[in-house]
Amino acid sequence: MAVAPPPEVSGREKLSQWANSHRKWLFASPAVLFIVLLIVIPIGWTLYLSFTDAAGSVRAPFGFVGFDNYIDALTNTSRFWPAVWRTAVFTVGALIFELAAGLAIALLLRRPFKAQGWVRVVVLLPFVATPVAIAMMWRLIFNPNIGFANQVLGWFGIAPQPWFADPSSTLPTLIFVDVWEFTPMIAVILLAGLTSLSDEPDEAARIDGAGAWQRLWYVTLPLLRPMILVAIMLRAIDALKTFDLLYVVKGPGGGSFHEAETLNIYAYTESLLFSNFGYSSAVLILFFLMIVLVMWLLTLRRREVT
Amino acid sequence: MNHQAMRRAAAVSVATLMGVGALTACGGGDDGGGGASDTVKVTLANHVWTEAIKKKIPDFEKESGLTVEVSQLSEDQLADSYKVKLNAGSSDFDVMMYRPLQVGKLFGKSNFLADLGDKVTEDPDWNWDDFQDGPVSLTTYKDTVVGVPLITESEVLYYRKDLLEQAGIDVPTTMKELEAAAKQISEENDGVAGFVSRTQASAAVTQFSGFLYSFGGTWTDGNDNATINTDEAKAAYAFYGKLLREYGPDQLSTDMSWPEAMAIFQQGKAAFETDASSLYDNLGNPDKSKVADDVGVAAFPAGPAGSKPYNVAAWALGINANSENQDNAWTFIKWATSPDMTLEMQKEGTPSARTSVWDNPDSTADLPDDLVAAIAANGKNGVGTDRPLVVNVAEAREIVGTPIVVAITGGDSDAAAETANSKFQDLLDSEK
Repeated sequence: MAVAPPPEVSGREKLSQWANSHRKWLFASPAVLFIVLLIVIPIGWTLYLSFTDAAGSVRAPFGFVGFDNYIDALTNTSRFWPAVWRTAVFTVGALIFELAAGLAIALLLRRPFKAQGWVRVVVLLPFVATPVAIAMMWRLIFNPNIGFANQVLGWFGIAPQPWFADPSSTLPTLIFVDVWEFTPMIAVILLAGLTSLSDEPDEAARIDGAGAWQRLWYVTLPLLRPMILVAIMLRAIDALKTFDLLYVVKGPGGGSFHEAETLNIYAYTESLLFSNFGYSSAVLILFFLMIVLVMWLLTLRRREVT
Repeated sequence: MNHQAMRRAAAVSVATLMGVGALTACGGGDDGGGGASDTVKVTLANHVWTEAIKKKIPDFEKESGLTVEVSQLSEDQLADSYKVKLNAGSSDFDVMMYRPLQVGKLFGKSNFLADLGDKVTEDPDWNWDDFQDGPVSLTTYKDTVVGVPLITESEVLYYRKDLLEQAGIDVPTTMKELEAAAKQISEENDGVAGFVSRTQASAAVTQFSGFLYSFGGTWTDGNDNATINTDEAKAAYAFYGKLLREYGPDQLSTDMSWPEAMAIFQQGKAAFETDASSLYDNLGNPDKSKVADDVGVAAFPAGPAGSKPYNVAAWALGINANSENQDNAWTFIKWATSPDMTLEMQKEGTPSARTSVWDNPDSTADLPDDLVAAIAANGKNGVGTDRPLVVNVAEAREIVGTPIVVAITGGDSDAAAETANSKFQDLLDSEK
């Protein structure tokens, strides 16, 4: 039985037909390629390295060691766990103060007043400057011997403080600098949230005789909750991976007693300074998992809210 | 998606990827082509030498017909950038300024640096034999020359002439005299420290090395056995710690590298400081120092084992083993380290590693006499390294630096030295 030949279709038409039927894949492909090249491959490579004993040079021969690096990290109570603890203290400490101060600033800036534009610019300034420059500036200000901070204290008859110099006061001082720098970010997010809220619930509460605190606590804050969660999430991710501030102020290893060594600084020390690529990859993967866990918990809360 | 469609999709992705690859290859093509290229990419550290050589590079470009692309980074950034790029086999740079003491073993072991053995000996006028033995041994890895020494450094004693005069004390020549002078001046002058130096564990190691050697201690016995728990080493740790704890600045921190320690001296708040000779400009230059007119320099004071400061090749130039422009790179290095240029650079204030330059009275005419005398004295007694020479120098520094900060903060530095010694031994064993 003779079969009729299929109708002649030119190569160009074939391609355009194919492109038409696959357009959703075609349009997404640049983004997919980008994500694969810049995110999936590096994380995959880190994961791969974390199961090896690569050290010194990744081009030198290395072997598989299974979960040894993970076991080493999770049983390391002298550097790894203190670094986890410091990461948590730094992140939570900075977040609490930034939220409180950011909310206060946002509430103050909510109602229009004279020179509001100027005040907003001034409040935003710390956030605009680069973290390395800010860290260097505060390091000079807090220099225990020739710094400005202790001179100011001296004018009021207060004894000089060690600031970054003493291991026990280092982390609180670092949190202070972080709060100084990133409170404006929280304020901006919350201010955007506040201005988008409708005035009606507030007015209704006022008519019902609610005081300012009651309205803030029972009306404004619950309405603002989604924005607060967004602010927490964005800032938490940022604070968890803070590197520049800590490194500029305390240097490699987080200082002589590792007083500012967070997980990020620890991973940096192990990888770029000590060239222990296998071990540091395991630390980074653990760090990555912790961030994913924290984000997952936060988004769970967010879903409950919405 | 059915099977055929998937195959087509796969084919298209591969084609796209290859297209991207071809494009990037085209982009890089200009610089490739081996000796045909007329550019040379030079990576330099922020350093006095770099500032001086940069002014002369246009002359070199005119002479050689090559285009020089300079990238300049701070010490730490430079080291990180090398490790990342060299590990990836990058040919992004041809000439590398590097610290042989810090990365010599690691780079040598990883074959990051090109073999310069034939190049350094080919031109008798350039004269490789002119370079001092100590620095050359540092830029040689397992009998292969991989770098050309650029800048030497030794540890000197900086002091305040006016404070010493006021106290009626001569410039200390021994550790005992240094301690007594520091004590007297700190007691007689409120707010002035008798002695200041680095206190950050890793950063202090290099400056502590002069004390260690002068007390008769060493890092290892030469056979991969750690020796930082010997009586001599313990005495050195305790002495260095005591100087800072008892006669140091009022608010003593444990995070000072040279900029912080030097800032205290620059502000007129310290009588003595020990640090590298190459940092003289920071104290003697009135733009940077309030006490520039009163700064004196002396040879490193003698301990129980004599005066034994470090005297090292702090920086060297090497060629990236993956560079496609190795001949151009060598042309640049040869020019930058020629006898004439070395003399020029020394006049700008960077001590060189060429014997002929030091023999030339011209080379030191612009430097203060006491600095030249101190460097010359250190040259005779100096030790060729200021830190443990291992592959993982950063980790070793952290380990052997711990007893220093323990001593500074008044802890049990003997016990810290014992602990550090066993950790250091573990590190040495892991590198065998």
